[in-house]
Amino acid sequence: MELFNAESKKIINDPINVNNPISLQVLGICSALAVTIRLDQAIIMTLAVIFVLCSSNVILSVIRKYIPARVRIVIMLSVIASLVSVVDELLKAYLYDMSKQLSVFVGLIITNCIIMGRAEAFAIKNGPSKAFLDGLGNGLGYGMIIIIVSFFRELFGAGTITLPDGGAGYVLWRIPEAWYAGGYENIGLLVLSPGAFFILGLVIWGQREWFGLEEDV
Amino acid sequence: MGLEHYLSIFTKAVFIENIVLAYFLGLCSFLAISKKIDASVGIGMAVVVVLTITAPINWFIYEFLLDKGALVWLSEDFADIDLSFLKLIVFISVIAAMVQLVEMFMERFSQSLYNNLGIFLPLIAVNCSILGGSLFMVEREYTITETMVYGFGSGVGFLLAIVALASVRYRLRYSNIPVRLRGVGMAMLLTGLLSMAFMAFSGIDL
Repeated sequence: MELFNAESKKIINDPINVNNPISLQVLGICSALAVTIRLDQAIIMTLAVIFVLCSSNVILSVIRKYIPARVRIVIMLSVIASLVSVVDELLKAYLYDMSKQLSVFVGLIITNCIIMGRAEAFAIKNGPSKAFLDGLGNGLGYGMIIIIVSFFRELFGAGTITLPDGGAGYVLWRIPEAWYAGGYENIGLLVLSPGAFFILGLVIWGQREWFGLEEDV
Repeated sequence: MGLEHYLSIFTKAVFIENIVLAYFLGLCSFLAISKKIDASVGIGMAVVVVLTITAPINWFIYEFLLDKGALVWLSEDFADIDLSFLKLIVFISVIAAMVQLVEMFMERFSQSLYNNLGIFLPLIAVNCSILGGSLFMVEREYTITETMVYGFGSGVGFLLAIVALASVRYRLRYSNIPVRLRGVGMAMLLTGLLSMAFMAFSGIDL
């Protein structure tokens, strides 16, 4: 299979657009909202999820013929839990500040439904290279949504845009003091939990409007 | 520590730091199941049961096997051993095993309860709120009694939130929502409003 033929493009593109894991499959929302207070947290979380998702998809796809159907959930969980432990330890070793900020939410990648969902729906039915692309596509789809949400939450809630670096984050842009002097105010609600729900709800609405998709209720 | 201390942990877990509305845990099943009220009550009860059981069990495992120096009760030489990097994989296995056990126990002893809650139990093994409960208990360094109260309180918080959302969604069934907003989009906005309502409790000083 050639790497960039039409089929593999579809495998990567679909989860980013018309079959997005968060806004359309409605998976993995739990961790998506908690890490969107700041842009740098969202970026690191996206990288962690992409790593776990691609590796677990490839590993499970390689051993798919040896997994008995009855115990597959337990096997998936142990593969995923080991990978997440690796990510957790890596973050603690190299990005300690970030790992403190993300706290339990790195561990909760285990129960991120996207990873179990893709393992169950795709990896155990397809070969390793396709499974890798599927993991990448879904990871990017997840990342796209949480990066959009965190961008708005940080910009309008706290008035900054922060990119990840080795320490506490590099502030790329900050709303100038003059704006505040002129009467501009941050929307404090966006930093709190309800803000995350509102922004994600609006992003989901916008994306469905854009692609013309709807859900039967 | 007196009763008030535990009462305050309980109230905090149910209202002020509600596991769904403040910490975003268990949202997948929260959104998927809140379409029907009776199913919401079912999964809510199942979460209460499983959280109340797994949080204390994981506390014992962490305190006597995994934490740094926890193995001292076996031999003095083990004082430096720190197995806490194993906590994720151990906790999730305990949760999966407990869910299975609760399901078998229920099937044997209470057929009616099994018929009501049985289908929700497998779903709960991968519900973030259960693992989150155990991880928060480690992070906040709770004692065993605090863990039991916290686990039960978080479960009750989940039950309360999901039944509330299901009732609101039921009422909205015949209202005229924009087509693309129907379903998850509307549920997210409603959850935001619920979460705002619960924030009113955060002024309570306990």
